[in-house]
Amino acid sequence: MNVTVAAAPPVLVRPSRWRRRLRRYGPAFAGAAVVMVWMLVALTAPWTTPWPPNAVDVTRRLLAPSTMHWLGTDELGRDVFSRVLYGARLSLLAGFSVVLLGAAIGTTVGIVAAWARGFWDEALMRLTDLVLCFPPIILALAIAAALGIGTTNTILAMLVVWWPKFARLGRALALVQRSQEYVEAATVLGLKPTRILARHILPNTLGPLAVLITLDLGNAILTFAGLSFLGLGVVPPTAEWGSMVAEGRELVEQWWVATFPGLAILSVVVGFNFCGDGVRDWLDPKAHTR
Amino acid sequence: MAALPTAAADMTTVGLPVLEVEDLRTVFLTDSGAVRAVDGVSFTVGPGETLGIVGESGSGKTVTALSLMRLLEEPARIVGGSIRFQGRDVLAMRPDELRDWRGNHAAMVFQDPMTGLNPVLRILPQVSEHIVSHGRQTGAAARHYAIDMLRRMGVASPERAAVSFPHQYSGGMRQRVMLAIGVANDPVLLIADEPTTALDVTIQAQILDLLCRLNREFGTAIVLISHDLGVIGAVCRRIAVMYAGEIVEEAATTSVLNDPRHPYSWALVNAVPRLDTPAGVRMTSIEGSPPDALSSPPGCRFGPRCPFKVAKCDAEHPPLIEVAPGRRARCWVTADGRHLPQPMAATAGTFRAPAAGARPLLETQGLVKHFPLRKTSFFGRQQIMHAVNGVDLTLLSGESLGVVGESGCGKSTLARLVTRLYEPTAGSLRFAGQEIGHATPAEMRPLRPRLQMVFQDPYASLNPRMSVADILAEPLLAHGRVANRNQARVRVIELMSMVGLKPEWATRFPHEFSGGQRQRVSIARALALEPELVVADEPVSALDVNVRAQVLNLMLDLRARLNLSYLFIAHDLAVVRSFCDRVAVMYLGRFVEEGPAVDVLSHSLHPYTVALISAVPEPGRERVVLAGEPPSALVLPSGCAFRGRCPVGRDACAEPPPLAEVASGRRVACHFPGSFTAGGRSRWRCTP
Repeated sequence: MNVTVAAAPPVLVRPSRWRRRLRRYGPAFAGAAVVMVWMLVALTAPWTTPWPPNAVDVTRRLLAPSTMHWLGTDELGRDVFSRVLYGARLSLLAGFSVVLLGAAIGTTVGIVAAWARGFWDEALMRLTDLVLCFPPIILALAIAAALGIGTTNTILAMLVVWWPKFARLGRALALVQRSQEYVEAATVLGLKPTRILARHILPNTLGPLAVLITLDLGNAILTFAGLSFLGLGVVPPTAEWGSMVAEGRELVEQWWVATFPGLAILSVVVGFNFCGDGVRDWLDPKAHTR
Repeated sequence: MAALPTAAADMTTVGLPVLEVEDLRTVFLTDSGAVRAVDGVSFTVGPGETLGIVGESGSGKTVTALSLMRLLEEPARIVGGSIRFQGRDVLAMRPDELRDWRGNHAAMVFQDPMTGLNPVLRILPQVSEHIVSHGRQTGAAARHYAIDMLRRMGVASPERAAVSFPHQYSGGMRQRVMLAIGVANDPVLLIADEPTTALDVTIQAQILDLLCRLNREFGTAIVLISHDLGVIGAVCRRIAVMYAGEIVEEAATTSVLNDPRHPYSWALVNAVPRLDTPAGVRMTSIEGSPPDALSSPPGCRFGPRCPFKVAKCDAEHPPLIEVAPGRRARCWVTADGRHLPQPMAATAGTFRAPAAGARPLLETQGLVKHFPLRKTSFFGRQQIMHAVNGVDLTLLSGESLGVVGESGCGKSTLARLVTRLYEPTAGSLRFAGQEIGHATPAEMRPLRPRLQMVFQDPYASLNPRMSVADILAEPLLAHGRVANRNQARVRVIELMSMVGLKPEWATRFPHEFSGGQRQRVSIARALALEPELVVADEPVSALDVNVRAQVLNLMLDLRARLNLSYLFIAHDLAVVRSFCDRVAVMYLGRFVEEGPAVDVLSHSLHPYTVALISAVPEPGRERVVLAGEPPSALVLPSGCAFRGRCPVGRDACAEPPPLAEVASGRRVACHFPGSFTAGGRSRWRCTP
């Protein structure tokens, strides 16, 4: 029976590294590309848009997509293409600031709670639970309405509902790190708690936090667009995807007014989600053995 | 009880070897090339034979076992050789034939009993499933047979298995269940891959006993894989030593243990401290590490590390040569039947007894630590884990005290109490004359440099995101021992060379080091602040025997050079004996015996110490297999804690015995010290 083994000479080559990576991370690369394009668009919007985003021209209202206006014009005759490009600035800015600030606040709260234990742990975590027990959109809506319409206020309102999930994750991760021997070793070496938290616990929680941050960016952009759609996000006439969809929602004939900003939201959210999935797989220790 | 079908009932297979492995080659396909994990391994196991495979981690012994059962998955692949099981070619079997063969004719038991059972299924169905699926018996009959099997494997009240889940069983009990599953269909061959590595020494003795009985009573052939020569010696008649994917020596176990003919086996045999090694002796260790499996040297693979190397070794790869009747070795040095010399009787007596008036460095009195557990329900009773229940210890300056005991006896908790990672529930704890039992972290900070700790797990005790230079510089900077980073760098280089690490490795991260090297970093970190006392919590138990010898030698040297005191926590009695002046034996949170290491281990007075020592598998040792398992620390037994397992327990033991001084410097917590000895009992050797 050895013959069967000898007959087929063993192939000692795995599929190439790039092919395996592509199969594994293909969607993530695509997602990252979409996100990159949107970031580039946001940065260069003032120079790339064919029309000023807020230039009203009622004589050119509700024009269908053409070579002049690639994505048509809205009720006030503003160029949809230019407004979609400008909208990327606001959406990305809101998404990043909410998620990054929320993560910073939440993680700090969580790590401090895990380290302090006892009273402060209970106090901080019950506060977290308190915020989490409201439906996030409704709570953000209420706070944003109370603060008044405006980008900064909406971001503040979103921050209030955004930090708790990071506090939960941060606490869970810090609790795991706390019982690690190298943290015990740092205690035995007589290091100060601030140093242990900053040098030993925080750096080792960043991996899973990065996953949540990437996955959450799409979510935050979607929520911001949702609040704007409801009329809370931005002060008109600022170009913003959510409010653009809102403006076009009753125009059935002129489908382009609502569709293109909608597609923009879709593409950036899906892009961030694929990205986050990729980061998660990449940081999964089991992934590397395959 | 149903009559067991005999192992070799099929007349056509009688006399055929159970397993013939020829030139087996298994590779792992990686991005940087094919790693040859098993590289031309051949051996034969006859009916009812026992073969041990020994080697350090990475030598290919587990991959060999998995290849035998064809359990490997991509990227591992068998690329050559043949495996014959009773004449059948295993490599040519179809998947359905394989399924029928595995578990029916050949079975395997794995290392980790914690993950081997399905946690959501009850125990009994997991055993009977194997009987039913191979069509041996059906339904109720299979269940009865499974209960019977569990009873034979020593599972206490096997009927309970019908309603119990795996998490309700201890590690030792689960390994018994795994064995019951393995032998349920009365296989001809049982492959056991490190079956006792995760278990305590008294439980290990029970499981090894069981393996011996399986072999003796059912004639099951056993291939036992272990890194521990003692374990192999207790069960196997023949032994194959593996190094870098090859068998380097194959012979009868006793011959290898007494007269190894390959330098690697020689190093393995002599790296292990034995209970009769004189105290303070340096272990024989070989430098270096196994060759890179991607590009092995052209000559002998052990050549670069070999202390007996001759010119031919670099040039030519040695085959397995018959060096004596019935024994083969892959070595040019012993090819002509020469013996390898005994290791030099090393410098004994490096210990100097602490000066007569030495001050006590560490003193505890009635030290207690209880952990309240989370309530299981709102109305549930608060349960308390009694980890440490009144420990009195005195450690003189310059002394080294060993604490031994099985897992769960509270020895690690004791280490963390002494270093004030935990706050004691009661009792006093004095370090250098200062009460630190309830000192605040800020009060502890100035004392910390004098009291350091080395941890067990070399993989968890170093921050993965800091380079070695940062890890070692951190305590120096935090305590203001050095003024700036440049000065710190000088000291870091000094520390690294002190523990035998190359200074150019300072920029590396922990994952770039092997386990032994990481433990050296750990030791260097503990020594950075020039402590007086180092608490070492099982510092070598996660390391291979050869690396273990290196680290122990290093710790012995440092003790002499830096005038350190050690509190050395271990479960390995031989290690403690060779390392410590005094030893304390711990059981259920208390010391049961304490005294000079040599006295305690050679003339034990407490029955538990006697049983613990006799459970260490060393060929020829008298032994007592201790029944049962340590009682739960949730509900402390009344009276003597060891009463339930004690072979000489009497009515008087209902009174808790105090830890009383019976001779100068020796304390025992037993009403009848010295009433139990291991004399005249069976010896560690299973096959006649």
